[in-house]
Parts: sequence; C-alpha cells; structure tokens
Amino acid sequence: MDKEITTFKHIQAAHCENGATTSLLRYHGLDFMTEPLAFGMGSGIFYIHIPILSINNGPAISYRSMPGWIFSRTCKSLGVKVVRKKFGTNENAAHDFLDKKIMEGVPVGCQVGVFNLPYFPPEYRFHFNAHNLIVYGKHGNDYLISDPVMETVTTLSEEDMIKVRFAKGPLAPKGHVYYPENVHKVDNETIKRGIIKGIKRSARDMLHVPGNIAGVDGIKYTSKQIRKWRDKLGPRKAGLYLGQIVRMQEEIGTGGGGFRFLYAAFLEQAYQYVPNEQLLSISEDFTKSGDLWRESAVQMGRIYKGRINNEQKDFEVCADLLLEIADIEKNAFLKLKKMNF
Amino acid sequence: MKKEELPQDDSALKAMTRELCYVKDNDGKYTTGLSTGWDVKKQALDNAWEDINERVEEARKLVRSGEKSPIYYFMELRLMDMPVLSGYTGFWSFNIKRHMKPDVFNNLSDKKLAIYAKAFEVSVDELKNFKG
Repeated sequence: MDKEITTFKHIQAAHCENGATTSLLRYHGLDFMTEPLAFGMGSGIFYIHIPILSINNGPAISYRSMPGWIFSRTCKSLGVKVVRKKFGTNENAAHDFLDKKIMEGVPVGCQVGVFNLPYFPPEYRFHFNAHNLIVYGKHGNDYLISDPVMETVTTLSEEDMIKVRFAKGPLAPKGHVYYPENVHKVDNETIKRGIIKGIKRSARDMLHVPGNIAGVDGIKYTSKQIRKWRDKLGPRKAGLYLGQIVRMQEEIGTGGGGFRFLYAAFLEQAYQYVPNEQLLSISEDFTKSGDLWRESAVQMGRIYKGRINNEQKDFEVCADLLLEIADIEKNAFLKLKKMNF
Repeated sequence: MKKEELPQDDSALKAMTRELCYVKDNDGKYTTGLSTGWDVKKQALDNAWEDINERVEEARKLVRSGEKSPIYYFMELRLMDMPVLSGYTGFWSFNIKRHMKPDVFNNLSDKKLAIYAKAFEVSVDELKNFKG
C-alpha cells in the first residue's frame, strides 16, 4: 500500500489530544484552530486527586479532564460531527478500517498505549493508554505518523501499530480511531459561543464538582495529604510521591505548570473573539498560578533530590504553596463564572 | 514563565524530540518555546526508575526464596500492576494473586502459562524456569 495525504500538515503541540484536535480540524479547513483554543473550548483544564487508587505506585493526580473529552467537546461546540470507532479485540477489523480510511484520503486520529511505542525513549514507556497520534498515510508496511508532541513526523510498522492500538489495562484503546466528518465553515459567532461555553464549563468543573477531591478543592486535598506523607510513608516514599506529582504536572504533554500556561494562553486568544478586558487580567492570574505550580515543583525537587534527607518543614512549604495556588485559581474561576459576555 | 526562563537541561526525551511549552515573550504575550528538558523533572523520572529497578530486584529475591512465583517478577519487570496484567491476560486479579504463589504456579496449565508468557513477551520456558 502506498498512500500519503500530502495536504495534511503536522503541527507540534504541548498536549497530544489538543494537537490531534488542532491538526485534524485545520486539515478540514478550520484555519483559526490553535492548541490553546482547542484546550479551552474543550474545557481541558481540571484537577483531581483520586484517593486510594495508585498509579505506578504513586498518587493518582490529573491536571486535565478525561481523555477524549477535549476533542469531543470542541467539535461539538463548532458543529463538527465526530466519527469514533472501537473494535473490541478484533485486530483485523481495526487494521482494515484504518487502511481503508487512509486509502480514502482521510487522516485518522488513533488512541494508543505508549508502552510499546518504539519511537518513545525507553524511560518514557509506561502503561499509559491515552496517547493520541494521527495517521496520514502508509508506505509499504509503515504508517506515516504525525505524533502531536513531536517536532517532526515519524513512522510506525504495521505490527507495532496493532500492538499500541491494542494495549491493555486501564483506558485500553481497543483499536479506537476517530476523525471529523462533514466539516463546514465556522463563523466567528460560533467560535465565540464555543469559547464562552468552554469557560463556563471549566468554571463549573473547578468550583462545583461535589466532594473534596476535584477542582480547586482537590488542590487543597493534595495539600493536606502532602503534610501527612512524610509521617505516613517515610521520607523516601514520600519523596517518590512528590516526584510523581511533578511528573504529572510538568512532563511532556502539559505545556508546563500543569496546563495552566496553556489555559492562560487560551484566555489571551479568547480575547480576540470576546473583547472583554477582564479575560486578559484573568489570563495573568493563570500565568501566576502556573508560575507557582513550577515553584512548587522546584520545592518538591529539592526534597526528592536529597532522597531521605528531608524534613517535615520542607513538605509544609510545598503544601502551603498548593493552598496559595488553590486560592488564586478559585478567585480566577469565580471571576470567569460571573463574567457577562 | 518567560521564554528565556524555559529550561534547556539534559533529558532522556532529547533523543525523540524537544517539547513544546507555553511561555511569555518580551511583550508579555503568549508564545511557544521548545525545551530539551528540565532537571527538576529529570530527577523525578530518574528516582522513579531507581524505584522500579529496586522493586524488580526485590521481586527477583522473593522468587529465589520461594515466596513468589515468576509471575510476580515479570509483572514488576514489565512495569505492570494488577489492572494492567489483568487486562493483558483476561484473568481476574484474585486469580492472578493466587498464581503468584509458587505452589499454585507449579500446577498451572500450559495454556494459562502461555497466556502469561505472551503478556510478558517471554517464552513459556523462560517463564516456567525463572528461578530468580
């Protein structure tokens, strides 16, 4: 098989799902789409700390909403129809469907696991199953891949493709593919409505999800836990837990500062469609929050760098920083919630 | 974060790509910058790997001393936990825990061993004969 969709343009993004959303929609003629817009319209910003559950032997913390939601919500806001297909355990059907779409000239988004993704460095290959990439062609046995977090395009063999599309465990992709269909021109009024909807939804998620583990309350919850970790887990394990927080927050895919800089960039871009000066000042609030998240990472880094040579007061400093962040974000989202557009 | 403050430290990621970050330019506007890595998160990743290697070593010892079956070792070696191994094998975690007992493991059918071997990407012989 030999096919390349030459009009598809690879776009590097901070986060894979934003990136897939952006480049697929731009391919279909929505040239205004950017990563921050996709992230904001899709209400990607979030915070949750799930107690008891552990991931890779550390705390289960996320700075973003559920995988798949950004793409779905952004497309819905713009009136773009999304086609999604999953294949259970049927690898042949998944393979044939992908090849058929490529032959038809349709770039396809694929959900994959990174454990067997050969172009990822071994140090980064964990059982994380919600990575996204775009297939835009096939030369012989190799798929042409646009991985949104990468600077350049790459390839993936047929065998590796099946492996990563059928990775198992939590969030198993089951061959999941997706692409927009029947994309029409979108006017500025629709974009504006999408932006407002995205903002209001994020404000609701960050302020009003019941319980104390999600949204702004979730940040306070983590702060409270951090104060207990050293006594509860011992200095070494407590340090590892902090390391996991920093990785979730700063590793590739977040744009830095746990997606907060990305959200600040979104509010700045939103201002072009919704000219309300308040958006710019709230954007500054999120820059401040992102900077503080970075500062807390530096502080946590000092603790786990020393491995066991840490003290309770170091943990208190981190916990206090998180409280400060929770406060800033609470006020910022309250302002967004009350804004009249 | 300002563009010029974007860290350009060493990292394992360098072999694959520089990563895109959102930063402020000199006019205070958002733009993007590329980073080769940041020591703070490199240290976190290095520590995580050190922990993984220790867990694998610990698992090896438990197999050697006859406290755990090879399934426990290979699960750790492949960075799996119960939900992941359960996903790859189709076995309930309750059963996997039983299969981690050497006595139960020694009586496992070849069919079940083959399922584990495939999940761990080793041969049935390697799995069966792993002594730690």
